[in-house]
Amino acid sequence: MSSIAGQRFRVLPPQRPAGRNRPRTTREQLLTIGLFVIPGAIIYTLFLIWPIFQAGYFSLFKWNGLGVPTDFRGLENYVQAFNHDVFQQAITHSLIITVLSLVVQLPLALILSVTIGRKLPGRMIFRSIFFLPYVFSEVITAIIWGFVYHQNGMFNTIFGTIIPGYEPITWLADRNLALYAVFAVITWKYFGLHMILYMASLQQVSSEIEEAARIDGASEWQVLRFITFPMMAPTIRLTIYLSVLGSLNQFVLIWVLTAGGPANATHVLATYMYRFGIKSFNLGYGSAIAVIIFAVCLIFSVGYQRTIMHRDYAGAVE
Amino acid sequence: MSAMATSAVRAPARVNKQAITRELILRRIFQYTILSALAFLIIGPITVAVLGGLKTTGEIFAEPFGLPAVARWENYGGILVSELFWRQLGNSLLIVGGTTLGTVFFSSLLAFVFARLDFPGRDLLFNYFTLGLLFPLTVAFLPVFIQVRNLGLIDNHLGIILPLVAFGIPGSTLILRGFFRAIPAELEDASYIDGCGTLGFFWYVLLPLARPALGAIVVLQTIVSWNEYFLPLLILTDDSKWPLPLGIMQFQGQYGTDWGRVMAFVSILMIPAVLFYIFTQKYIVTGLTGGELKG
Repeated sequence: MSSIAGQRFRVLPPQRPAGRNRPRTTREQLLTIGLFVIPGAIIYTLFLIWPIFQAGYFSLFKWNGLGVPTDFRGLENYVQAFNHDVFQQAITHSLIITVLSLVVQLPLALILSVTIGRKLPGRMIFRSIFFLPYVFSEVITAIIWGFVYHQNGMFNTIFGTIIPGYEPITWLADRNLALYAVFAVITWKYFGLHMILYMASLQQVSSEIEEAARIDGASEWQVLRFITFPMMAPTIRLTIYLSVLGSLNQFVLIWVLTAGGPANATHVLATYMYRFGIKSFNLGYGSAIAVIIFAVCLIFSVGYQRTIMHRDYAGAVE
Repeated sequence: MSAMATSAVRAPARVNKQAITRELILRRIFQYTILSALAFLIIGPITVAVLGGLKTTGEIFAEPFGLPAVARWENYGGILVSELFWRQLGNSLLIVGGTTLGTVFFSSLLAFVFARLDFPGRDLLFNYFTLGLLFPLTVAFLPVFIQVRNLGLIDNHLGIILPLVAFGIPGSTLILRGFFRAIPAELEDASYIDGCGTLGFFWYVLLPLARPALGAIVVLQTIVSWNEYFLPLLILTDDSKWPLPLGIMQFQGQYGTDWGRVMAFVSILMIPAVLFYIFTQKYIVTGLTGGELKG
């Protein structure tokens, strides 16, 4: 559901505050508020907020997950994590996927959205096709791509037919290739989401202004560079935000494709947490990793919203 | 100045209509080439999977795009007659139903309060509910797993449904709040004059008007809960309670080298997803873009 985060930056039309004509907070209203808020608040707090605070507490213990944690170790789990070479690699891999998403996935989506444009015949068909993988589960996507990357699979068969003397590549078993092969699958599944957001934004750009620039002699590239893209800027800033958070949170796809292998070459933050937290029955340690991931997401979100997105943000959420 | 330039450029543009048509044709060819190449990259693997479900493993590897010599319908049939598959489908539907109902119920109540009522501390409370957007379930699974276990919900479908609802609440409340707020205050005043109470306004005016947003939430939560793999993996040790995403992983573990059967199972899960997508695309797009893009 992280994609929906975009909603919060929509600028809502100004309007009269609700209920201005009625006495504020009558007894009936208080009852309504209580009845409407409390059930949702209980579930939300019990299964989202509380576990996250609890993780902060558990992260201070050495704890195998059985019974109540008693073996207090202070910040030892955190120190141990940052000194673990596999964790350092996992951080690096998460960063690589984030950067690649920003410089490959987003520009690809942007170019596609302007290529499809506003009135290309058949644009709906292309939009539907490009967005399709978004609805598939990570598990199905990973199994299909497991075949595409298989030693005798789709890629090697195609390249073997086209290129003479082609040697089959073991895409997911090659330490230097695996992370990029995984990234290609992430792009395959998620670029359609960004494209949809760009297309929505493109519809808001007035084509009359673009037309005026063309008449004034601007080239196609100049129109894009100086008119279309700047007018899409709020959406571009939003997709950068979603893309970074989405990249930092990659998990199931990678786990099913490679389980972090070969030789830890594709571990990212979340796969590391599963492998060394839950699978090793080290829930105290896993909680520490969870806290680190939350901290990274939180710092990025707050920083990005305060510095880059504050203009779009203004007026959307009081 | 610009008016002069405009008329100066416009006049010859009309004369060179032929040149413009040729340019347009070239541009269209260019556009369709790029788009088709990329569309092939999306559809290629999907086609291979669907066709693969009708082939032997040997045929799949030899000619991924070719049609099978003899269609092996038994790949599909074997799965569709197994009791296990239908039980897993039932489990999946239970999880999807519970999650979507719960999310719509709780978040529409919350969104109503945040959009239409005024009380001290409202904005603070609303910020509390949007905090969850920062912690997607894909990385929060470990703390959630500990909590579900502490509450004694291991091997219980509620141990999956309730966390999915909790993680769906922030985004859904946000979408619905936007829709609820866009409904003019005059309508609210009118409904009060006509004798509606707060509840009546919510039920008879607000909810029907927010139908596109409710549809979007149902559809997005259906996709999320239908696809959820990790929470069930951690929480359900009893494999008779497993939903389909776990079922297909188990199936692959069993028949890993028989790609024909695995592809058949993949297709059985994928075809309904595609159909669902085709029929609900409008709502998905509404949900993701806040109604700015027409479906």
